[in-house]
Amino acid sequence: MTELSPTALRGFAEQCRHFGPVELLPQSDSLMAVVNCPAAVLKPLAEFLVHSLHYRFGSLVVEEHPTQWKLIYLFYRHEGPSLVQLCIYLKADHPQVDSISIKIHAADWHERQAEDLFGLVFTGHPRLGDFVLHEEWPEGVNPMRTGFSATRPMQEKVVDPAWRPARILETPGAFLMPIGPVYADYYESAQFFLETVGEDVLRLIPRFFFKYRGVEKLAQGRPWQRVLLMAERFSGTSAIAHATALCGSLEHIYQVQPPPRALSLRLILAEMERMRHHFAVLSDICHASGMSVPSAQMDILEEQALRLSGQCAGHRYLYGWVTPGGLNRDMSATTLDTIARETRRMAEASASIHRSLQFTSSFLDRFEGVGAISMAVARELALVGPIARASGVSTDLRIMLPYGGYAQNGGPPAMVEPLEREGDGYARIRVLFAEIQQSAKLIDAAVAALPTGPVRVETAGVLRQGAFGWAEAPNGAAFHYLRLDAQGCVQRYQIATPSFANWHGFHIAAENFAFQDFPIMMASFGLSIAESDR
Amino acid sequence: MFGWFVKGATSRVKTTRYPARDETALGVTPGRPVETTCDNELLAVDLAATCPTDAIKPASFKTTVDISRCVHCMACTRGENTMRWQMDYRWARWVGNDAGRAARHRPFQKSLHIRVVDTGSCDAVISEIKQLAKPYYNMHRLGFFITPTPRHADVLMVTGPVTSPMRLALLKTYAAMPEPKWVIAVGNCAISGCVFAPSFIANGSVADVIPVDVHVPGCPPPPLAILHGLLLLTGRETEMQPIDQPLGGPP
Repeated sequence: MTELSPTALRGFAEQCRHFGPVELLPQSDSLMAVVNCPAAVLKPLAEFLVHSLHYRFGSLVVEEHPTQWKLIYLFYRHEGPSLVQLCIYLKADHPQVDSISIKIHAADWHERQAEDLFGLVFTGHPRLGDFVLHEEWPEGVNPMRTGFSATRPMQEKVVDPAWRPARILETPGAFLMPIGPVYADYYESAQFFLETVGEDVLRLIPRFFFKYRGVEKLAQGRPWQRVLLMAERFSGTSAIAHATALCGSLEHIYQVQPPPRALSLRLILAEMERMRHHFAVLSDICHASGMSVPSAQMDILEEQALRLSGQCAGHRYLYGWVTPGGLNRDMSATTLDTIARETRRMAEASASIHRSLQFTSSFLDRFEGVGAISMAVARELALVGPIARASGVSTDLRIMLPYGGYAQNGGPPAMVEPLEREGDGYARIRVLFAEIQQSAKLIDAAVAALPTGPVRVETAGVLRQGAFGWAEAPNGAAFHYLRLDAQGCVQRYQIATPSFANWHGFHIAAENFAFQDFPIMMASFGLSIAESDR
Repeated sequence: MFGWFVKGATSRVKTTRYPARDETALGVTPGRPVETTCDNELLAVDLAATCPTDAIKPASFKTTVDISRCVHCMACTRGENTMRWQMDYRWARWVGNDAGRAARHRPFQKSLHIRVVDTGSCDAVISEIKQLAKPYYNMHRLGFFITPTPRHADVLMVTGPVTSPMRLALLKTYAAMPEPKWVIAVGNCAISGCVFAPSFIANGSVADVIPVDVHVPGCPPPPLAILHGLLLLTGRETEMQPIDQPLGGPP
C-alpha cells in the first residue's frame, strides 16, 4: 500500500468523472475513496476500475432504507486508493439496476445472492433465480427485507415433483451424477452435479447454501456483542480472522485504535489459526491421494496445534479473544514463549514432511497439472488466498491493506507473499507449505518484539454509521460490512467470505478431469462450506 | 517410500489412553463453567448477567449452568466475580428413551458404524469429529467406524441447527438406516440452536426432527467429549462427569 496524497485522490475522482456526474464524498481518505455515482454510470465505471485500473471486485452490500435502496460495490487493489466504494441509490419502488457481472465475472454470485435475498433485479444477468434459497422456498419472499421476521419459522412450499436441476450438457448419452448433500465420510453439506458422457467430468454445477443459517439476517437489531459471537462461530476454523474483520469495522465506527500490544497478540493468534488450518488442509490433501503416513503426520501436527491453542489460549479454536478496541485477555511471557517455541517446532516438522513429499512420485502424479487455474481466470473471478497465490495472483490483504499488527512499524519483515505460477494442485500445496513457514516466522518476530501496555481501549459513542473491516483469513480475503444505529444495535451486517469467492472458481478446476480426481480437487481447494454458506 | 516407513515408525504412539485412563494432556478441552456459590443473591444475578447466551441462571445464593447453551466465550471468567471453571470433557448425556437403551446389545459395543450428517454446523465441529479418526484419538481401536452410507450405519451423528434445506436430507438419511438405530446430537447448535436460534431458516434442534438418544454439548465439543458420547451410547461409560471431579485422577 502506498500513501496517497489529496491531489492524487482528486485525480482519481477526475478520472471517474469522465463517465458521468460522479461525486467524491468527504469521508474519503488516503486508503479509501467513497464515490457516489448515478445508477446509469455504474456499469462503465466499474468496468473501468476493474479492467483499466486493475481493481478487484470485493463485495456488494445492499442496504434497505425506508425511501430508497443503497448499493455499495467494493473494489480493492495494491496501489492507492486501495479501496473504492461505489455507492448507488435506487428508488424504493423500483429496485432495478444494470448487472455488472457480464463484464466483471467476480460479481456474479454476489448479484445472484442479492437478487435472492432482497428481491433486487439485475438487468442483463444471464442466470438469476434459486441460489441461496432453494426450490422449497416460496418465490417472491425475500428474507433480508426489513418486514421479514428473522425469528418466525418460515412455512416452506411443497416442491413440484417435476422439478429438475438445470442442465448444460445436451450431447447424446450425457447424464448427470449428483453428489450430496449427504455424501462421503464427513464432508460438509453441499451438492455437486457432475455432467458427463462417461469418464470425464465435462460440466460441474455446484449448489451451496444447504447450510445457510442467515447470520446476516439474525444480526439485524441485535447488539454487536451478540453478533460477534456469531461471527466467531459461523465458520469456527477461521474464528480469529472473522472476529478481527468484524472488530475492524466496529473500530472504524467507534473511531478507536487498539493498543499496539493487542495488535501484535491478534497477529500471533491469527497466524496460529492459519497454521492449524493449513495443517488440516494438507492432511486432507494427503488423505485424498491415499498417502496415509504423510496424512497421519500432518494430523499429528494439526492436533498439536489445537492443543497448543487450548493450552495457551483456553480454546482449541481460539474463541473469545478478539473484541472491539483490542483483546479480552492478555498473555503471559511464558505462554508466548511456549507458542513461539512450539510453532517453530511444528513448522520444522512440516518442512521435513514437505521435503519427503517432493520425492514421492505417487503423490506428485496425482497433483501435478491437475485442476489448474490460469492467472487470467484467477484474476477474472477475483479468487483470493492460497488458491489465487498458486496461480500467481497476489491478493494478500496483510500486504494490500495492512491492518492491525501487519501495519505496525511498516509491516513485519517476514512478509513475502509466496507466489507460484502453475495454478495446479501441486502449486497450491507449495503455497500452503510456504505459508506455514511464514506464519511461524511472523509469530517468532511478533513474540520477540512484543510491545508492553494494555490490551484494550474502551469504545464510546457511535461516530460513523457504516464501515468495512477486513482480514486475511486462512482461506483468503474476508470483508465485513457493519452498520450500527445510534444505540449500538446492528442495522446491516454483510460478510464477503474467501470461501464464497473461491468456490466460484471451483468448477473451472474440476471440469475436464476424471471422476476420481474430484475428491483430490476438493481437498486441494481446502475450502470451508460453512464459511461460504454463512 | 522407505523414508515414510521410518517417519511413521519413529513417530511413536500418540493415541490417548482414554477411556482406560483419564487424558491429562493440556489443551484437550476448553473446560466448562460449573455451579458457583456467591456471597449474596445480587452477586449471583450479576454473574448470571455476564452470560450472553443465558447459559447461567441465578438460584438464590448460587448460579446454575446449562452447559448445552454455553459457547465457551469465557465472559463469566473475566471480572472480579467469576464462575468456577472445570477442566473436564465427559459431557455427554443420555436423553433417549428406555427402548433405545435396551436395544444396545453386546454386538454393538465393540463394533459401531457411524454416519455423520452436517445440518448447518460450523466447520470446527466437523474438524473435531475428524480428529476422532486421526492418530491422537483413533476411535477405531474402540470399534467405532465412520461409514459413508446410512444403510450400514448404526448411529447417526448430527451436527448443526437443522437448516430447512437439510431437513429433508436428514429425514431421508434417518429413514435409510436399519433398526436398531441411535442418534447423537453433537454440539450446542444441534441441541439448542445456540447462537443461531430462534431463526427463520433453522429448526434449532435435531430433537424436533428425529428422536435423539445422546447429547454431546460444547461449542465445539472436544474430540474426547464426542468419544465419551459414543462410549455412553454403547454402555461403556457413565453419564456426565459430576462437578468437583476435574481432570487428573491417579497417574
